[in-house]
Amino acid sequence: MDRWRRIVSQQRTLPDDTVPVILAAPGSHGPVVHALSAAAKALGIELGARVVDVQAIHPDLHVENADPAGDLKLLDRVALWARRWCPWTVRDAHDGIVMDVTGAAHLFGGEAAMLRDMATRFRMQGLSARLAMAPTRGAAQMLARFGPAGAVCGADDVAAAVAPLPVAALRLEVETVRLLHRLGLKTLGLLMEVPRVALMRRFDRLAADRNPLVLLDRALGRAADPLNAPPEGQRWLARARLAEPVIDPVPHLDGLAEDLCAQMAGAEQGARQLRLTIYRVDGEWRSRDVALAQPSREPAHLLRLLTGKLEGIDPGFGFDLLTLEALRAEPLALHQDPLDGARDAARDVAGLLDRLSARLGPQKISWSTWTESHLPERVEGRVPALAGKAEAAPVLLRDRPVRVLMPPEEIAVLYAVPEGPPARFSWRRVSYLSTRHEGPERIAPEWWQDRPGTRLRDYYKVEVQGGRRFWLYREGILGDGRGGDPRWFLHGVFA
Amino acid sequence: MVTDSSFGQVISLSSKRLVQDVPRPGGGDAVLRDVISDAPFDAAITGFVLSCLPGSAAPVMWVSDRMSQRENGRLYGPALAAFGFKGKVLRVEVSHPRDVLWAMEEGAGCAGLAAVVGEIHGAPEVLSFTATKRLALRAEASGVPIWLIRTGEDGALSAARERWRLRSLPSAAHPYDPQAPGAPLWEAELFRARGRAPGVWRAGYDAGAAHSEDRLSLVSRSGDGSVAPDRQPATDVAG
Repeated sequence: MDRWRRIVSQQRTLPDDTVPVILAAPGSHGPVVHALSAAAKALGIELGARVVDVQAIHPDLHVENADPAGDLKLLDRVALWARRWCPWTVRDAHDGIVMDVTGAAHLFGGEAAMLRDMATRFRMQGLSARLAMAPTRGAAQMLARFGPAGAVCGADDVAAAVAPLPVAALRLEVETVRLLHRLGLKTLGLLMEVPRVALMRRFDRLAADRNPLVLLDRALGRAADPLNAPPEGQRWLARARLAEPVIDPVPHLDGLAEDLCAQMAGAEQGARQLRLTIYRVDGEWRSRDVALAQPSREPAHLLRLLTGKLEGIDPGFGFDLLTLEALRAEPLALHQDPLDGARDAARDVAGLLDRLSARLGPQKISWSTWTESHLPERVEGRVPALAGKAEAAPVLLRDRPVRVLMPPEEIAVLYAVPEGPPARFSWRRVSYLSTRHEGPERIAPEWWQDRPGTRLRDYYKVEVQGGRRFWLYREGILGDGRGGDPRWFLHGVFA
Repeated sequence: MVTDSSFGQVISLSSKRLVQDVPRPGGGDAVLRDVISDAPFDAAITGFVLSCLPGSAAPVMWVSDRMSQRENGRLYGPALAAFGFKGKVLRVEVSHPRDVLWAMEEGAGCAGLAAVVGEIHGAPEVLSFTATKRLALRAEASGVPIWLIRTGEDGALSAARERWRLRSLPSAAHPYDPQAPGAPLWEAELFRARGRAPGVWRAGYDAGAAHSEDRLSLVSRSGDGSVAPDRQPATDVAG
């Protein structure tokens, strides 16, 4: 919900706080409520309710689509950001972050002060957070979700703190929760009082991460529950802080590129994707991305790509911070130029692809890909040159035109003959008289992907008076029951 | 001695000059050549250029603007092997002729390419004499041959070292079917060239060429012709 508010407020279309807003996610029987705003919560809407039902009760509801994948991505980034407090942080399920603050709290003035600091920082980011601190990971995540806000639980009173929480806080499966409710065990305190042996016999078939007893042991610190924090990805970033705001980034790019390349050279890496960001004095930022066909750490090459991208960048009233970041890096060993002075052709071509794609757009530069198909227009496909590799062309035994028209153009038949191509036809307002022809070559529709009712084609290579050679086809035959009279098309031109 | 090949080519064994006069556009010397066509939508140009492209494995960059794709159709990959071209084609499809010229200049500076082919339809302002001059100098400096295919206009200024005009001719006889068109033939007119006399030839693709640079065969326009009937010396008749 917070992420949605941030996105929408960037577009300046955030509705008033009094308007109830819900985010809908697809459910098994139509969309369900995935998240809701404070106003919607005040109306009594519950998470997981069907959107159509809620809309029937509250017709003025503002419904938006949720983006769970984007939320997870944001949460991953926030988890890395949270390493400002402690070195071990990891995303917890789909809605939480676990931090191991052992030995780090005193740096922020104690546990309570640290929690206050976290709450402030999250609010500054525009995110609402429920925080809790406990000696074990399980207790902390239960308290954060079900306990009082900002709870700090000491080492000795874990059992007392978690006792009033419902059993669902253990993140059990729905059936297990229902079973415990039937047994009358509604809170963790009740669960703790029951003799273990009886419960163990009942739940011995459940896996460890679903077994209420194991989970309870972990929460109370009787079983080990280590935190496996992912390593922080290496960032390749060069910064230039300027004393005064400037308008023109070009004089500072040299230093940035050299700095970045020196960093990458130390780790034998090369950049595949670069981002130049300028941070303006009015708080806005602008960025430009550049992609490369081969990893590179040559400052001159990177500079050349970047300078071509600077045209539309808006410096506003100036900027005082520039960063150049390699978003994607690949291993690149040291390269030895041939001693005979020859240049490496593959590297030259890769550099050319980079420059062309940076200026013209990656979709405009392509290699051909080949598909086995009888239909001429399906044989050749395109793959962007930065994304794919060149493939050798297949060997065709049939005669094919060097130029094809996509889509084929209809011709007007002026003088038809019963068998064979038209003796006289006109195309693009010029009439042609055919002299020789070869064919027909019949190409049937591909029933496994064409729509039913697609007509077959009879291709002819026709030479007209004066010497030009065309590739004509007749779509369908008379009386095939798939439309009226067959029509004639010109599909290509032979050399 | 007659130098215009339209009168038939007399090759005398004492002088090699006429033999040398037959141009070899596929010879691989890195210059800018431009090709224009006599008629609109004539694919003779494409066949001619393909027969002249080098046979190396290095990729060929083929740049075209939107108008030439719409007017002349798109280059069809599976047909390229029919002209002895075995390399790979790097397609650059842009909308404006300005970008075509820019991409060709970039490509000409790249030694990893076998050749650069650019297609421009019509006579846009950016394709000025200066632009072609830049391309010509670029090609000679870098060693990459450049072909400029210009359609839809005739006779604009160009600084190309060789300027060709192409036209389709009725094809050769089909070896098995008299009703079918055979191997393609074109009329190739070299109407402006540096250091060489202009001329008109009948061009075609030579599938049996020993070297890949000689795939284009240029025959003088008169061709072999029919053999003249034997004439009896007049003295014999009188005698």
